[in-house]
Amino acid sequence: MSVLVYIENVQGKFKKSTFEVISFAAAIAQKQNLPLVALSIGDVSDEELGKAGKYGVTKVLKAVGDSLKEMNVQPYASVIAQAAKAENAKVIVLSASFSGKGIAPRVAIKLDAGLADNVIDLPVMDGPFIVKKGAFSGKAFAFVEISSDVKVISMIPNSYKVVESPGSAAITIFETQIEAKDLTVTVKETKRSTDKVSLPDAELVVSAGRGMKGPENWGMIEELANTLGAATACSKPVSDAGWRPHSEHVGQTGIAISPNLYIAIGISGAIQHLAGVSSSKVIVVVNKDPEAPFFKAADYGIVGDAFEIVPRLVEAAKAFKSSQNG
Amino acid sequence: MKILVCIANVPDTTAKINFTPDNKEFVSTGVTFILNPYDEIALSKAVDLTTGGGTVTVINIGDASTEPTIRKALAIGATDAVRVNSKPRDGYFVARQIAEYVKTNPFDLILCGRESSDSNGSSVPAMLAELLGIPCVLFAKRLTIEGTTATLEQEIEGGKEILSSPLPLVAGASEGMAEWKIPNMRGIMSARTKPLVVIEPIEVPQHTTVKSYDKPIPRSSVKLIAAEDAGKLFDMLRDEKKVI
Ligand SMILES: Cc1cc2nc3c(=O)[nH]c(=O)nc-3n(C[C@H](O)[C@H](O)[C@H](O)COP(=O)(O)OP(=O)(O)OC[C@H]3O[C@@H](n4cnc5c(N)ncnc54)[C@H](O)[C@@H]3O)c2cc1C
Ligand SMILES: Nc1ncnc2c1ncn2[C@@H]1O[C@H](COP(=O)(O)O)[C@@H](O)[C@H]1O
Repeated sequence: MSVLVYIENVQGKFKKSTFEVISFAAAIAQKQNLPLVALSIGDVSDEELGKAGKYGVTKVLKAVGDSLKEMNVQPYASVIAQAAKAENAKVIVLSASFSGKGIAPRVAIKLDAGLADNVIDLPVMDGPFIVKKGAFSGKAFAFVEISSDVKVISMIPNSYKVVESPGSAAITIFETQIEAKDLTVTVKETKRSTDKVSLPDAELVVSAGRGMKGPENWGMIEELANTLGAATACSKPVSDAGWRPHSEHVGQTGIAISPNLYIAIGISGAIQHLAGVSSSKVIVVVNKDPEAPFFKAADYGIVGDAFEIVPRLVEAAKAFKSSQNG
Repeated sequence: MKILVCIANVPDTTAKINFTPDNKEFVSTGVTFILNPYDEIALSKAVDLTTGGGTVTVINIGDASTEPTIRKALAIGATDAVRVNSKPRDGYFVARQIAEYVKTNPFDLILCGRESSDSNGSSVPAMLAELLGIPCVLFAKRLTIEGTTATLEQEIEGGKEILSSPLPLVAGASEGMAEWKIPNMRGIMSARTKPLVVIEPIEVPQHTTVKSYDKPIPRSSVKLIAAEDAGKLFDMLRDEKKVI
């Protein structure tokens, strides 16, 4: 028996969220007294794979093949299910990333396992296996018991800390069988903006709303984000108006995020917006209206005109960064 | 073209969420329920795709209280509706019920929302696709159909990808796939007489059960920083919160 963690790579590299899921899975494995096995799919160097050993993995399975070069939900789900069977995995852990969310439900069906998605804390495992997950669009949490023998859980990025534990992992090739029926979807094109921090797993996010008046004023928002190493986000009306891409829209009908720091500029704080950002650890609000509802949900507030405040923040952020580096 | 749209009945986006004193159940009294916003995008897309011919069936797993939402979907432009008469226990239960219906009533395309605003699982579409042995594109921002091939744009880590898939497939509608449609008077009138079939659920094993709910701890009151001191923010974030 084992705990299996799927270690997702982006272009051959592991992200911080990958080490979060490994640390999370390691804590489950330790509690259950089971070995932790990691599965990597696609082209990842042995040097990169070896990193998994620093977080509690004892064995890394490496699945490679022509049909596994690009992330493709169906073959990937099949490989994970095959590995889970080969390792007799009782708990399978994935990241609730875009690809993880597409894969986890399929793995659960293949293994006849119960699925808990969007998990935000370590399961309670004395007695029934109970996980804590987000529900009602950030307005509540649900405690869900998984009663099946095999369990699949997907963990929200940024909800568990990376914990190192001494050790090293042996890397072995995992032989897979990919059936033609898993390969009917073809990826024709992938576009990644490599210079930008990806929003769902960003630790710092600078977000702006209709208070910015127009797309031409986003230069200072991007400058602030770049200085801090933050991702950019926006409110719904901003992406609806085409000022910013839909992929930046956060909230109930956009992406739900839980960064360490969320800076909201010129956003009123409507309930639908808060739904997607209220689990941020610290919230800073800049708004010229002292009555803006967002101040009630904020840790720090600056009442003032964004066009005066943001340049001041950019300057301060630059000074802060150079003092940190120097 | 025959399209199935899976619709969830969810609390209004502005609804305050409350639970019974023992935290075991969601209190729905006084809460308005709506068509899940993403499902409304999916339905709008389905209506657009069938303007030149075809049908749009909507399916909901829910008790009789969901019928106003189903009628709204019919008013937006669905041709007919199916309700599987049971409260939705979990994503697996819902996916199994829809799969069961689709096995005897095949469709060219199945549209869902990328997630429901109450369970937020994003689990139904991919489970359904797996049960039916067909592809699922969960975060579809664009969808075009030519013959029996669909081309989709999907959100991925740090970007997007263009995919090509044969029909039938399950697609999860994301923002951008279609404009939200507002039902017109004629739609609302005709919705009353469009067919709504009620069927009974099949037995399904239960792997997951919600034991209780909890609400986030409210934030302590906001600390205001004077506009002229804005520059001190980062030192405060480091010293008081250690987030940077
Ligand atoms: C079904 C449904 C789903 C929705 N989903 C979402 C969602 O997912 N995400 C989302 O964001 N919204 C969502 N909304 C919309 C939401 O209700 C609000 O309309 C929206 O969040 C408002 O965006 P905003 O704060 O940018 O704009 P506004 O409400 O117009 O607020 C602009 C703010 O900027 C401030 N301001 C103006 N000028 C300045 C200045 N110079 N300096 C500083 N501050 C300034 C104003 O005081 C105001 O508070 C949804 C709505 C519905 C009905
Ligand atoms: N009770 C339900 N009846 C019909 N479809 C549903 C139901 N619940 C969820 N769905 C569909 O599955 C999608 C994803 O929901 P979820 O997996 O709950 O996040 C929704 O957007 C709907 O399209």
